[in-house]
This record gives sequence, C-alpha cells and structure tokens, in this order.
Amino acid sequence: MKEYPVLGNKDTRSGFGDGLTELGRTNKDVVALCADLTGSLKMNQFEDENPERFFQVGIAEANMMCIAAGMTIGGKIPFTGTFANFSTSRVYDQIRQSIAYSDKNVKICASHAGLTLGEDGATHQVLEDLGMMKMLPGMTVINPCDYNQTKAATIAIAKHIGPVYLRFGRPKVPIFIPEDQPFEIGKALHLTEGKDVSIFATGHLVWKSLEAAKVLEAEGISVEVINIHTIKPLDAQAIIESAKKTGAVVSAEEHQKAGGLGESIAQVLATNLPTPMEFVAVNDSFGESATPDQLMTKYGLDSINIVEAARKVIAKKIK
Amino acid sequence: MHQIEELNQKCTQTRRDIVRMVHAVQSGHPGGSLGCTEFLTVLYNKIMNHNPSNFKMDGIDEDLFFLSNGHISPVFYSVLSHAGYFPKEELATFRKLNTRLQGHPTTHEGLPGVRIASGSLGQGLSVAIGAAQTKKLNGDKSLIFTLHGDGELQEGQIWEAMMYAAGKKIDNLIATVDYNHKQIDGDIDDVMPLGDLNAKWKAFGWTVLNMDGNNIEEVITTLEKAKSLTGQGKPIVIIMKTEMGNGVDFMMGTHKWHGSPPNDEQLASALAQNPETLGDY
Repeated sequence: MKEYPVLGNKDTRSGFGDGLTELGRTNKDVVALCADLTGSLKMNQFEDENPERFFQVGIAEANMMCIAAGMTIGGKIPFTGTFANFSTSRVYDQIRQSIAYSDKNVKICASHAGLTLGEDGATHQVLEDLGMMKMLPGMTVINPCDYNQTKAATIAIAKHIGPVYLRFGRPKVPIFIPEDQPFEIGKALHLTEGKDVSIFATGHLVWKSLEAAKVLEAEGISVEVINIHTIKPLDAQAIIESAKKTGAVVSAEEHQKAGGLGESIAQVLATNLPTPMEFVAVNDSFGESATPDQLMTKYGLDSINIVEAARKVIAKKIK
Repeated sequence: MHQIEELNQKCTQTRRDIVRMVHAVQSGHPGGSLGCTEFLTVLYNKIMNHNPSNFKMDGIDEDLFFLSNGHISPVFYSVLSHAGYFPKEELATFRKLNTRLQGHPTTHEGLPGVRIASGSLGQGLSVAIGAAQTKKLNGDKSLIFTLHGDGELQEGQIWEAMMYAAGKKIDNLIATVDYNHKQIDGDIDDVMPLGDLNAKWKAFGWTVLNMDGNNIEEVITTLEKAKSLTGQGKPIVIIMKTEMGNGVDFMMGTHKWHGSPPNDEQLASALAQNPETLGDY
C-alpha cells in the first residue's frame, strides 16, 4: 500500500489563508470580505497586503453574502469568510437567491466546520452544510483534507467561474498531500489502490481513512482510499469504477449522514451499480462541547469506525 | 412642458401594460407596480446613464438599478421594454412557462436589464452596496440606484446594509423607499409600524430626501438633487410617498390590490382610465 508520510501539522484554515494571500498577489480581481473573524479565518495577511480589497462587514453575514453577490457585477471575485455555520444555515436564503439563482461568481469560504470546532459546542458545529450547499443548483462544493490541498483548492476556485462553497476546519491535522499535487475541481484523487473495499472520504476523514487502511491491510484486506474533495460535481465515474473493482463501499465524512457525501455516492451507485455500502458520519444528532478528538470518538468518526465499517461491508458483499 | 408630456405618455402606457399583464395570467402585483410607475419611468428615461441596446451584466461605466422589492416586476418589465432592453411584445409572456419574464425578476433566464434575482425581500440594498464598491474599485464614476418597499424595511438585513453603507461611506448609491404605507396584510401601522423613517435613516448616517413619487416633476428634481449630493461621503435615500394603485381609481386607497389581478370588467375600467399612448404590446 502506498505510504503517505506526515509532512507537518497544520490547520486547513491556514491553507485557505495562505492560498488567499497568494491570490491577493497574483489576481487583482480577487476581493475578500469577512464578518468579524479575520484572525480565525487567517485572512490577516491578505488584509495587510491589500487593504483596499479587504472588506470588514462586522457581524452581519446576510449583508456580507449579498454585498459579495453585488461585487461580482463589474468583475470582482469575492471570497467571503466566516464560520461554516454562519456561511450556510444563517444565510441560506441570501445564498440561494442572490448568489446561486443569480449565477454570481462568489466563493463562500467556511471555516470551523463540523465537530472538530470542539469546545464551542453544537451551536457552532455545523454538520448539515454540505447537504444544504449541494442541493443548490449550480453550486460547486469542495471539502479539502489537509493544509496543502486547502491552499491548492483556494487558488483553484478563483479560476472557476460560478459560485463555490469551500469548507475547511479549525484543528491542526497531518499534512500528507504533496505541495505540488494539482487541484482539479470535480476529480477524485486516488490515494491507495485496492481490490477488496473502496473508502470514499472527504475533509478530515481522509487521513483517518488512510490510518484505517493500514489496519485493514495488516488483516490482509486490500483497500482503495479515494479522496473526494469535490462533493459537487461528484466524480461519478471514479466512484463507479472503484465500486466495480472492489464490490464494497464505505463513505467517511464529518457531516450528518443525511445529505452528506455518502448520500451522494449512494445515489450514484443505486442508479448505476447497486453496491453494498456503509456510512461513517454523524447519525442524526447535534454535537456538544469537548475536545475535537473526544468528539470524533464519541460520534463515531475515528479510524476504528472506518475499519469496522469496512469489515461490515465486506461481509455483505454480493457473492 | 414637452418632456413632461412625453414621460406622462410613457407612464400611461406602462399602467396599461401592468394591468393587462396581471389580468392575462390572473396573477401578479398591480398595486405597488402602479404606485412606482412614475419613479421608474423617470429613472430609466431621464436620470440614468445606461445602454439598453447592448446589455452587459458588468455594466461598466453605466448607472445600475437594483429592484429589491421584486414583486413589482410588472412595472419593471414594462419600463425595461419601453427603454429598449427587450421587445415590448415579450410582455405578453409574463409569468408563462418557458419565458424570461418570471413572476419575480431573475438573471437566470438571461433577461436583459436584470442584474440580480429579487423577490425574497431585504437583499437588494446589500447587493447594490457591493456593486457600488466594485464601481469604486474600478474607478467607475457611475451611480447605483435601488428601490425598496416600505414593508420590506421590516427585514433586518436592510438595517445591516444601512449601517454598512454609512459606515463605509458608500456615496455613489441612491436608494429609494416606496412609502405607500401598505403591505399585504394591511396598513404598515397595523402590521409593524416603521416609526419616523426620516429620523431613522438620518440616525444611521444617510442623507435623506423626500418626494411625492407620483408627481413626475418632483421625481425629476429630487433625483437630480440626489445625484448632485453623491460623492460627499454619505449614501443617499429618498423616502418616496406614493399611492398604491395610482392611476386606476378602484385600486387606490387600499392594500387589497397588492397581489390581486383585475377581472375582465375591472380591466376594462382600468384601461378606459388609461388610454393607449405608445401602442399596446
């Protein structure tokens, strides 16, 4: 199995911040807006280097989303920054009408997604954002897995014309995607080749899937780990091809089971190639206050949960 | 005055368009549309520097208008078509399947003249602010105009935008509030009183003007005055008193025609009060 050495430990939000800084230097049409969370979103350097292109809107996310929509008229490429909860559920109608339905080239950049936000608790731990955003026609939904991929994704979405939801997180996590790995929107990234089970993972669960794959390989199970960084448009071809090869599928994500990546994959497979499947995701529950690690364990999002799901789905394989 | 007569004729034709459009599909919003006929007619024919024959979304070096209270789409569509954005015959497609004239305005079907979808209220002022800031970044001296319903001011986002526009000195923006004092459920004061609107906008840091929105000459002079006040560090708002249903006697003085179409007999009466001037679609 291909090994992925840990290249360092960094938060994915720093990947966003550094990607945005680079965009500030290379693309004069990029503007950034923030709702009083500049430090949390790591947008300080962009602000320092481009004060005329940085817009502090205060704690007014609805206003921010629609200002961003208006800024596209005349050619700007606005990147909005706030927590994932305030980037989605709080402003869903603004995004739906003024950005998605109005075909506006806004990049909605959302930090502190999921349980790994930690101690602030369930009010801030949005676990429904991928579902909300993928339901909007024309919206591209991206959930990168480490610092390098988040930085690459941030730079890539500036070139894509159309609304994008970019989701990332708060905690420091292993960096394992090479710095020079190109980011292709909508193209699944094969991390390991295998023949017994396919694990489709997104965000923080990608590293956990690689950890799970090691355990499974030691048991003699050959695992294909595929990084689905783009939830929409989904790389259906990669999913079908891998499922055809392995005959068993696990999805892994830091999100509600309902509306998440697993649901999108199940739809592809049910339509094209019905395949036994297990879902590693939060099961119809809000989070709570604790450390990120404690929460990932309590809500069943650890590598051991992926291992168990893989064993279970392999046992269900159609003989 | 020749010019006023011309604008009057346009208004009469637009009033005919409005009642015919909502009658044809037995749906839509005639009351607010009729009340804002003079304002939009003056804005598009006398005030704004714009390019109807070659519509471009980016509107570089053009004045832009954003309709925030999208339900008064009948007047918006009529004025846009007479200004030259699309053939007036297309008004016959209003609210019908596979057409560009959706119940509420949208960019999604590519209708020239529309730069944002509206209908869900409270969003247009923020959008306009964004467009205004991009104009500033681009060194584009053109202006941004908006229209809002008075009931729409009950949406909290409007007050976020008001705070922002003054705080950030968005002085290339002229907002207008259609103060007809009525909303779907009745009089504003019975549903949710707005209090002293002039004082509220002023307290938020805006330059406030007032006008009678159904008096063409007053609309011209007030909009010209508003233009002369741009570039002075403050956003401008015009509190525009209008009569909902203006120009159709049985639709005036009541909130009942907010979203109700006339029947055949009522249509005949409305058309008799507004004889054809520039040709029906």
